[in-house]
Amino acid sequence: MAFAIPKTTYTGKIKEVVLGKGPKAITVGGETSYPFHLFEGEMPHPPRIAIEVYDTPPDDWSEASLEPYRDVLRDPVAWAKKAAEVYGADLIALQLVSTDPNGLNIPSDQATETAKKVAAAVDIPVIVNGSGSPEKDAELLRKVAEACDGMNLVISPVVVDNYKQIGAGAIAYKHTVAANSPIDINLAKQLNILLGNLGVPDGQIIVDPTTGGLGYGIEYTYSVMERDRMAALTQQDERLQFPIICNLAKEIWKTKEAKAEDSPLMGNAAKRGVLMEAITAQLLLLAGADVLIMRHPEAIRLVREMITDLMA
Amino acid sequence: MALTGIQIFKLLPKTNCGECGVPTCLAFAMNLAAAKAELASCPYISAESKALLSEASAPPIRPVSIGSGDNVVKIGGETVLFRHEKTFVNKPGLALMISDAMPADEVAGRIKSFNLLKYEWIGLVLRAEMIAVRNESGDAGQFAALVKKVMDETDAALILMSDSADALKAALQVSAQRTPLIYAATDGNMEAMVALAKEYKCPLAAKAANLEDLTLLTDKISAAGVKDIVLDGGARTVRGAFEEQVFVRRAALVQKNRSLGFSTIAFPCEMTKEPMKEALIAAALIAKYAGIIVLSDFQGESLFPLLVARLNIYTDPQRPMMMQQGIYPIGNPNEDSPVLVTTNFALTYFIVSGEIEASRVPSWLMVMDTEGLSVLTAWAAGKFVGDAIGQFVKKSGITEKVKHRKIVIPGFVAAVSGDLEEELGSEWEVKIGPREAAHLAPFLKLGV
Repeated sequence: MAFAIPKTTYTGKIKEVVLGKGPKAITVGGETSYPFHLFEGEMPHPPRIAIEVYDTPPDDWSEASLEPYRDVLRDPVAWAKKAAEVYGADLIALQLVSTDPNGLNIPSDQATETAKKVAAAVDIPVIVNGSGSPEKDAELLRKVAEACDGMNLVISPVVVDNYKQIGAGAIAYKHTVAANSPIDINLAKQLNILLGNLGVPDGQIIVDPTTGGLGYGIEYTYSVMERDRMAALTQQDERLQFPIICNLAKEIWKTKEAKAEDSPLMGNAAKRGVLMEAITAQLLLLAGADVLIMRHPEAIRLVREMITDLMA
Repeated sequence: MALTGIQIFKLLPKTNCGECGVPTCLAFAMNLAAAKAELASCPYISAESKALLSEASAPPIRPVSIGSGDNVVKIGGETVLFRHEKTFVNKPGLALMISDAMPADEVAGRIKSFNLLKYEWIGLVLRAEMIAVRNESGDAGQFAALVKKVMDETDAALILMSDSADALKAALQVSAQRTPLIYAATDGNMEAMVALAKEYKCPLAAKAANLEDLTLLTDKISAAGVKDIVLDGGARTVRGAFEEQVFVRRAALVQKNRSLGFSTIAFPCEMTKEPMKEALIAAALIAKYAGIIVLSDFQGESLFPLLVARLNIYTDPQRPMMMQQGIYPIGNPNEDSPVLVTTNFALTYFIVSGEIEASRVPSWLMVMDTEGLSVLTAWAAGKFVGDAIGQFVKKSGITEKVKHRKIVIPGFVAAVSGDLEEELGSEWEVKIGPREAAHLAPFLKLGV
């Protein structure tokens, strides 16, 4: 049988969402085909990479992940600047882990100050991640939204238990929300509907499907994302047509396999960690990620090259 | 090309006897078209129809086996474009390249790596299965000698790579019993390669510069009587290789194109000189459809994540990965260490054990068989409730491992603590752990 390129017909399009403000604001989304299927559609905005910045010095990182940031671990502002200027981050992802009520439980006001300083110190878009405690995040992220009025941050994670409080702040102070659901396409859609009903404009919503790391559930995230893109692009499921963000680095570097020392069996520790992060990112890109939150500069370099090559 | 249900129906006896398990021949025909039934279930089909239908109902991507003994690599046989639509079935073979122009110590090092790099992972052994032996020297004797050495020192499924039919013949004389893949037939050498594949009963790779030419080539090879074919569409750029895989898979499944209804072989080793990037290309090809992936070298730091990626992508989404029920020691626990209980959904175990490990508090993790359900689902299904957990704890032998009688349950099932205490008896104290595994470390550090 003769060969003809077998093309898929798409009926939907991913919405375009602008992140940040000013000349360095970036647009994500806009795809009219499955990821990198450029022979039958468009990917007008290549996937972007955010670099993590922590508000408190990490105490359990491996040598390989500490090394690039050793001089800035105690200073989130310096850390963000290094990520932007030295490692070329497209966005900063500020991880306000110190606010965790089960951890250091730093007051929201103090963390809000950190967020404000970091957002002011860089001209690229900033993602502000709470600790994942729905109650604390509701308070914290509302304050961050207010303090950074008009900067169009990505406020994250917004979950079904706190979307009203955080969503209201995002509307009032013009930020984008990352709608986070527990690896389930129906719950993801439901939260997008709720945010829409609340009045959050479509151009201010991106979806965080919850990311499982390599060996730790990536297949669930991978398939939920593929189903999401299929519904959005071929089944006109309008409430799933949002760009996707994956907060992956922390899931990789905390595993014992990423932390294990050099050995004949497991090879070089630093390269292994980098590859675990980069391979996770690569799989998520193929499943439909628009923004990747990453850590190691070498993993980022490799993933950027792959994005370029896949779009070449 | 596959037939529609109606086309199949016309070839059936139309007796509606029901002996195939569905009431009508039409329903049976529809099931055949959807690959949900076997032709053999119909006892009354004519020999003529059977021949026609067997051809048409063959799997859209032909399964091919390479290797022998305990290490047979089966590729092809896939039926979906996306794993969530059903599942991917045959994991791509990962192959290590060894050339007959390499110095002896390099060859020895690679064989050693091939034999060493095996990983235990949730009760499975993850390993690469294949070695591609390349005839770079141009010398048939040298090539055959290396193939013999690889045969003697490994159980690898082999890919024999040469442009020379004479060199391949020499190699096949020493390796045919292991059913190697012959790489590769091209438009120029097709007759000689087909003759080898038939003589030694081995699968044959077909290589062309693009998929149009490849289609013509596989038609010729099939017509010449070789059925077990593996495709190389010639792309050696990242985008080209990705698109080639998507085109071949879609051609086979969507267009029912028999000329491309075969598995594929891909060469990340020829797409970059950088080992780290090669691993990323391989990862992309694991997700997107390659049947065999040939790597320039094996190192633990790259092979391990690739093997895990392959396992994850090829896990059946319809069946949860499960852990064996039992008591898992984490970080050398002793008789005073805390005892926690959770379900045997593999992901639950991974996350909980990972957090316990990160807390550096040695603990006993009791994993209960809940048929692979996660904590909340198992609780909702009545499988992870007070009396069931109590029975499990009592029979587990945990009292021989610890002096204390305290047990931590996941915060999400706090409601079962009363029933559990009742089942275990008054000497036990049930403690409510955090709802999220991520909060286990501070919980354990406070002391249980």
